[in-house]
Amino acid sequence: MKKALSTPNKLLLMVSPFVVFAFVFHYLPLAGWYFAFVDYQPGSSPTEMPFVGLKWFRALISSQEQVHTILRVLANTLGMSFLGIASSILPLIFAIFLYELRSSKLRRFVQTVSTAPNFVSWVLVYALVFAFLSVDNGVVNNVLTRMGVISAPINFLISSDHLWIKMTLLGIWKGLGWSAIMYLAAINGIDQEQYEAAAIDGAGRFKQTLHVTVPGLMPTFFVLLLLAIANIINTGMDQYFVFSNAMTADSIEVLDLYTYNTGIVSGNFSFATVVSILKTVVSLALLFSVNRISKSVRGESIF
Amino acid sequence: MTIPTTTSAVPPIQNADKLLVASEPAKKARHRLRRAPRHIAPMEQRSTGEKVFQVFNVVVLVLFAFVCLYPFYYIFINTISSNQLSASGKILFWPREIHFTNYAEIFQIPDIWHAFLVSIERTVIGTGLTVICSAFLGFMMTQRKMRYRTFVYRFFVATMYVSAGVVPVYLLFNYIGLLDNFLVYVLPGMVSAFYIVLVKTFIESSIPETLQEAAEIDGAGTMSLFFRIMLPLMGPILATLAIFTAVGQWNSFMDTVIYVTRSDLQTLQYILYRYLTQSTALANSINAGGGSMTEISNTTQTAQSVQLTVTMVAVLPIFMVYPFMQRYFVKGITIGAVKG
Repeated sequence: MKKALSTPNKLLLMVSPFVVFAFVFHYLPLAGWYFAFVDYQPGSSPTEMPFVGLKWFRALISSQEQVHTILRVLANTLGMSFLGIASSILPLIFAIFLYELRSSKLRRFVQTVSTAPNFVSWVLVYALVFAFLSVDNGVVNNVLTRMGVISAPINFLISSDHLWIKMTLLGIWKGLGWSAIMYLAAINGIDQEQYEAAAIDGAGRFKQTLHVTVPGLMPTFFVLLLLAIANIINTGMDQYFVFSNAMTADSIEVLDLYTYNTGIVSGNFSFATVVSILKTVVSLALLFSVNRISKSVRGESIF
Repeated sequence: MTIPTTTSAVPPIQNADKLLVASEPAKKARHRLRRAPRHIAPMEQRSTGEKVFQVFNVVVLVLFAFVCLYPFYYIFINTISSNQLSASGKILFWPREIHFTNYAEIFQIPDIWHAFLVSIERTVIGTGLTVICSAFLGFMMTQRKMRYRTFVYRFFVATMYVSAGVVPVYLLFNYIGLLDNFLVYVLPGMVSAFYIVLVKTFIESSIPETLQEAAEIDGAGTMSLFFRIMLPLMGPILATLAIFTAVGQWNSFMDTVIYVTRSDLQTLQYILYRYLTQSTALANSINAGGGSMTEISNTTQTAQSVQLTVTMVAVLPIFMVYPFMQRYFVKGITIGAVKG
C-alpha cells in the first residue's frame, strides 16, 4: 500500500459507478422519448412496437375536443403560474416588514413560525385544509354556522369556484416565510453605510427603506422572477394531485398532472410521452431565453 | 435582546438605543448592529407615521404567525381532547378532557403501523444513501488529479436541467424492475447534482487544501483521505443535507402514487391521503343518509379522530427536527446561491 498517490485513472474509476448510475436515472429516460414515435404496447420489447412517425404529435390537435383539453390544461398551468409570479412580491414585502420589527424576539418568533409550513407536505396541507374547511366537520363551517353567518356549510374543497386563487393562497401560506429568507439574507448584505448616508441626508425610516432596502433587494427579486418565469410550466404536481377531485379536476389539471393522468392512469403512454417531450423542449427554451435576458440585463447568467 | 435590562421609566427599546449610542461596549454594539442596525441611528426621531407603521407591522406579522401556527395547534389539541367534544367541533383553543388513547389506538390499526414503518425505513435508508453518496462525489469532484474531472462534474450538474418527463421515467422503472419495489423510494435521489455542488463548494471554501496535501504526503490513499480526514470535517454540510433529505423522504408522496401499487409499500403520507379522501366519501354517504354516528364515547375512534391523529403523527417528526433545521437552512440556502 505504499504506492500512495492516486493516479488520475484510478480516481476516474472510483466515480464511474456513480456516473453509470446518474446516466441510468437521468439520461436513459430520454431514450424513452422513442415511445412517442411508436404505438406503445405493454409487454413487448421496444423494437417490436410499430413505428408510427408523428402520429401522436398530430393526435394533439386531431380533434376539436382534444385541442380544447390541451388549451384548458395550458390555461390552468399558466393561470396558476402567473398568479404565483404575481404574488412573488409578497416575500419581499414580508422580509422588509420583518426587518423593520423593533423587537428581535418577535422577529425571530415570526420567522420561525412562518417558515414551518414550508416543511410539511402537500398531503398534510390538504389534511389541515380538510380539518378546517370540510363540510361535515370543518372548524370554519362549524363556527360560521353557529354564529349564524351562514345557514348551510360552504363546500370549499369540492368546488371549482376561484380554485386558482385558492391554490395560490395555499401556496403563499406554505411558502411565504421560506421565500423571505432569501430576501432577509440579501438585506443583511446591504452596506450599513448606505443607511447612515441616507439618514444624514435626512431620510426617515420609510425613505431609507424605499431608497436603500428596496433597491438593494432588486437583484435578488430579479433573479427569482426570472427563475419563476423559466419554470412557468414546471408546476410540479403534488399540490394539484391532492386537491384534485371530480369537481375540481377541470380547473386544477396542470400539464404535469395531465401527463400523469393520460399516461400512467389511462395507459396512453405514447401520447403522454409526446406531451412530456414538448414540455421539456419548451421549458429548456424558456430557461435559455431567461438566461440570455439575465446576461444582457445584469451581465451575469443565472445558472 | 443582548442589552442588559436597566431600571428606567423609558420603554426598553428606546432605552436600548440610548445605551448603545452612549456606553455599550463595542463588541455588543456590533452584535446589535447586525440584528437591528438602524435602531442606533443617533438622531433618529420617530414620526407619527413610523409609530403607526410599527403598530400595523406588529399586528400584521402576529396575525400571519397565528395563521401559520394555529392549524397545527388546533389539530394537536383535538387529538388529545375528548373525541366526542372534538367531533362536535367544541375544541377550538384549549384541550378538554385530555387523553392520549388516540395515539395508542391508531397504531393498533395494522395499515397505519405498517405505513409508519415504511416511512421510517425509507427516511433512514434514503437519507443514509444520499448523504454518503453526495459526500463522496462532492469530495471526488474536488480532486483535481482526476481524469476528465470537468466533464464528469458537468455530467452530474446537467442532470439538474434534464428531465425526460414522468412517463419515460415510469417506463424505464418498469423495465429495470423498480415499480412496486422499495428501492424506488431510495435510489432515484441517491446521486443528487445539487447536493454534490453543495459539498464541493463547502470543501473548497472551508477545508484548506494543504490538509489534503499533508495527508497525501503521509501516504493516505483516496479512500482513507475521504473517510479519515475529510468526512469528519464535513459535519455541518452533511447535517444540512441529512436534515433536508430526511424531511424530503418523510414528506414524499407522489412516488408512492406513481410507482407503487403494492399495499405493503404504502407510506404514512399515502395512507393519510387515502383516509382523507375515503372518508370524504364516507362522510358524504353518512350525510346523504341523514344518519349520524351513534354513541360516541370520549375515546371512541371516529373518522375525524383517526384523520387528525395520523396528520399529527406525520407532522410531529418534522417539528421535532425543525429547531435543528433552522440553524442550517439559512446557511444551506445561501451556499446554494453560490454557483457551482
